[in-house]
Amino acid sequence: MAAVSVLDPQGEFQLSSASLGESPGSADVPSSEQPELFLKKLQQCCVIFDFMDTLSDLKMKEYKRSTLNELVDYITISRGCLTEQTYPEVVRMVSCNIFRTLPPSDSNEFDPEEDEPTLEASWPHLQLVYEFFIRFLESQEFQPSIAKKYIDQKFVLQLLELFDSEDPRERDYLKTVLHRIYGKFLGLRAFIRKQINNIFLRFVYETEHFNGVAELLEILGSIINGFALPLKAEHKQFLVKVLIPLHTVRSLSLFHAQLAYCIVQFLEKDPSLTEPVIRGLMKFWPKTCSQKEVMFLGELEEILDVIEPSQFVKIQEPLFKQIAKCVSSPHFQVAERALYYWNNEYIMSLIEENSNVILPIMFSSLYRISKEHWNPAIVALVYNVLKAFMEMNSTMFDELTATYKSDRQREKKKEKEREELWKKLEDLELKRGLRRDGIIPT
Amino acid sequence: MAGAAGPGTGAGAAGGDGDDSLYPIAVLIDELRNEDVQLRLNSIKKLSTIALALGVERTRTELLPFLTDTIYDEDEVLLALAEQLGNFTGLVGGPDFAHCLLPPLESLATVEETVVRDKAVESLRQISQEHTSVALEAHFVPLVKRLASGDWFTSRTSACGLFSVCYPRASNAIKAEIRQHFRSLCSDDTPMVRRAAAAKLGEFAKVLELDSVKSEIVPLFTNLASDEQDSVRLLAVEACVSIAQLLSQEDLEALVMPILRQAAEDKSWRVRYMVADKFSELQKAVGPKITQDDLIPAFQNLLKDCEAEVRAAAAHKVKELCENLPIEGRETIIMDQILPFIKELVSDTNQHVKSALASVIMGLSTILGKENTIEHLLPLFLAQLKDECPEVRLNIISNLDCVNEVIGIRQLSQSLLPAIVELAEDAKWRVRLAIIEYMPLLAGQLGVEFFDEKLNSLCMAWLVDHVYAIREAATNNLMKLVQKFGIEWAQNTIVPKVLVMANDPNYLHRMTTLFCINVLSEACGQEITTKQMLPIVLKMAGDQVANVRFNVAKSLQKIGPILDTDALQEEVKPVLQKLGQDEDMDVKYFAQEAMSVVVQRLRKLDLPVKDCDEPSAPGADKNHFLRPRGPGEDAGKGPAYQLCVNPRETLAHPEIVGLVHFSQSRD
Repeated sequence: MAAVSVLDPQGEFQLSSASLGESPGSADVPSSEQPELFLKKLQQCCVIFDFMDTLSDLKMKEYKRSTLNELVDYITISRGCLTEQTYPEVVRMVSCNIFRTLPPSDSNEFDPEEDEPTLEASWPHLQLVYEFFIRFLESQEFQPSIAKKYIDQKFVLQLLELFDSEDPRERDYLKTVLHRIYGKFLGLRAFIRKQINNIFLRFVYETEHFNGVAELLEILGSIINGFALPLKAEHKQFLVKVLIPLHTVRSLSLFHAQLAYCIVQFLEKDPSLTEPVIRGLMKFWPKTCSQKEVMFLGELEEILDVIEPSQFVKIQEPLFKQIAKCVSSPHFQVAERALYYWNNEYIMSLIEENSNVILPIMFSSLYRISKEHWNPAIVALVYNVLKAFMEMNSTMFDELTATYKSDRQREKKKEKEREELWKKLEDLELKRGLRRDGIIPT
Repeated sequence: MAGAAGPGTGAGAAGGDGDDSLYPIAVLIDELRNEDVQLRLNSIKKLSTIALALGVERTRTELLPFLTDTIYDEDEVLLALAEQLGNFTGLVGGPDFAHCLLPPLESLATVEETVVRDKAVESLRQISQEHTSVALEAHFVPLVKRLASGDWFTSRTSACGLFSVCYPRASNAIKAEIRQHFRSLCSDDTPMVRRAAAAKLGEFAKVLELDSVKSEIVPLFTNLASDEQDSVRLLAVEACVSIAQLLSQEDLEALVMPILRQAAEDKSWRVRYMVADKFSELQKAVGPKITQDDLIPAFQNLLKDCEAEVRAAAAHKVKELCENLPIEGRETIIMDQILPFIKELVSDTNQHVKSALASVIMGLSTILGKENTIEHLLPLFLAQLKDECPEVRLNIISNLDCVNEVIGIRQLSQSLLPAIVELAEDAKWRVRLAIIEYMPLLAGQLGVEFFDEKLNSLCMAWLVDHVYAIREAATNNLMKLVQKFGIEWAQNTIVPKVLVMANDPNYLHRMTTLFCINVLSEACGQEITTKQMLPIVLKMAGDQVANVRFNVAKSLQKIGPILDTDALQEEVKPVLQKLGQDEDMDVKYFAQEAMSVVVQRLRKLDLPVKDCDEPSAPGADKNHFLRPRGPGEDAGKGPAYQLCVNPRETLAHPEIVGLVHFSQSRD
């Protein structure tokens, strides 16, 4: 193959790593020739090897590995090595190596929670290329104004696609790379955010499959942190139309921590977003997956930890209607997680301030569970909560206890009325149908 | 309470009528506000009832505005609403008023959730057909234009699905506008929109004038096919099928083929996979000449693609591709240009590829004829029959019949029999099952002698398989064999062996005897049943395992109709009576059920019923409804779960013998 002639270890470019990196002034290569040699090595490293075939080109593979190591050392130590003409060569070498169509997943339905990820076979080279690229981006001599000609939108787009890699090591490097690029290229920021949007929307509404969601969210966490106030409409839209719907995805557990962090970052920036966020969570509240419910409750507590009392008042009703449902969940982990809110001092203080609204919402659920829940630990927790309410607002508590029975009966009656109404409606329809068909005269 | 805040004070206005039509809108509004999603959902699902009750005018003036204003709900509710509205034309007063349905559907077509949006688009497409031409231009087309220029990507994606339904009935000026809108969506900034446009490109091309297809669709197609995202490019391959059908061979060659060639060699395996997956459609669309010149070489490449996914998709298409070749010259093409690649795939490193090939390769024998099959295909079949992957073997076995038609069973059995015998003992029960199902066919073709010599012992061995599904299939297999070979054969070869198993120490094998008797008795007739089978069954009534005893009761009920009255009266009844007193409640239950059937039969035969202490039939019936159905009662359902030995233990693992239900001791 072509590699042989380029990377021939016997060829004229063969140099020890010492001559290139560690001791630039050594006798092998005079320092004046080093920039040229650097370019040549970069070009050599554009040759790609097939790592699926573990036996082929062993010598060449090893040679490329050591060359990449030399490059990493050289760019870290040398001064003045990043001349203008090196930029296109560096980007070309990196592009040649990292940009590729990711292979299909080995298992038909890859489940990141269950299955072992397929590791990238070419990692021995790939890792060094990433390492080199990060040192390049982080170099003190690095000039974004020159690099932006080569690290452009197309480059970023291809980089983002790689986040779908199954190999967590690769995604970790990509995270650092993208973070540096976002930091150094102001002109690419909006584009990067928009493309991440597209990836997430596709993930939520089309495929439900993308391996790098957690990594992208982690980057976004630090991006959101840096948003200027007041927040642009674009950012608010991103929160409501992209981040909130991300909660609906089946594999939420894989990136929930990062997602919750992003949400809380937004709310700390702009508390007025609390209401749409909490309403969004209510809308997408899990109906059948208890594991996800526990995650939602955890996130909600993080939000409540930073909520402003004025915002709390706005959403307390829908919020506590949901919490009442969770508290009475037959799944004890869900009930338990919800009841833990009463151990949180800040939340307790909010509840206490608004007990006249919250107590009536919670009361019937708590009262019923204290009698009916199968799990003794839950019953014990509920007793504590009831006791806390009793201390907070004993008048209302006594009232609610007294009217509990009649309230239930009223509900039942209402239920019955509803059924009758529907029945009447159906009769009506039937009659009209018959009339239309001329079976009974109008 | 109800409708207190409805727009146009729905309920209040309704009150004016003073009759029972007050209810509908009030109920709906009340229910649509209910906290319980389920109630809101119920209410939406009954929307037609409500509309019917309201009448067309109030549906238009009150119900629809209310729905349009209140669309913010759970997606599940919205989905139901979107679906309902698609069938609402009659309820708003027919085609003249169909446009009244557009506002709520327009909002639904912009929501985030894909299923809701898709349903709204589907309903809009449905309703578009009900519009008059005038209404279409006055109401529907403007809606499409609004959606196509919406801010958020959702409305633009929805618009993509609506162009093709309004285009054919629009005036020329409007048509130009519609094309313009479609063009801009094809180069939309958002990949989601480009994907939606690419997915509808073929459909849209079909309703366009040929000139426009050439001048506008082809360039769009070319752009989408070279989009930077592979998820867009692969959709262009689908569009290619429709576009190719519209163009002349000449245009096809000049305008489409370069793109298709490029797609077949795309750097993304997803695009190549799509080409492989759509290969038959493409082949039909481009016609025989281009197939020969272009597609076959492309197909060869796909068969040796570096990604297994692509090879598997291509392997799946081998048979269809060959079938669709023009008959003249077909054999040569297959032998020279396809078969060499297939041979490679038989020893592919990926099991999905081999399995895909195995599922279609047998179909080639009909196309290639007897000689080629024997010479070229049989070795491949044999290799695949011995493949290490059970899926591959199974796919070969399940398609043996098409080879059988070509080369005849004798040839087939000579070459394949050793492999079949080996597979009959395969570790995977599904493979064994597939072999069993093939047995009656083999038996019929091979004849008694050959069968007895080679296969009989196999058939008997399956009866004591450790998987219930196999034992059950083996039992049914015996019945089919008896139907083929006759009673005498059964009496000499099958029945004795089956009856011996009644003394087996393993209760599962003893039960197999009963199951065999259940199916064989009818085929064997009264004499054999009464003389040889009945005594064994009766003897087993004393078995120590309750499961055997209640199966005795069931067997007696089953073979009852074949026995004469003497046997029933003198032999069966006393045993059933005894079992009816069994200490195990299941045995008791089945004995009583059997008894009532036997008694009924005796009555029918007009014999006086001597004793009066039998349980009455209604009693048994009542009992019947109170309990779950026993697992053995309807044989032939859900093989793996059938082994479950006791109705009370329906969750028992099929192969755990230890779970046997018995009263006193283990056997």
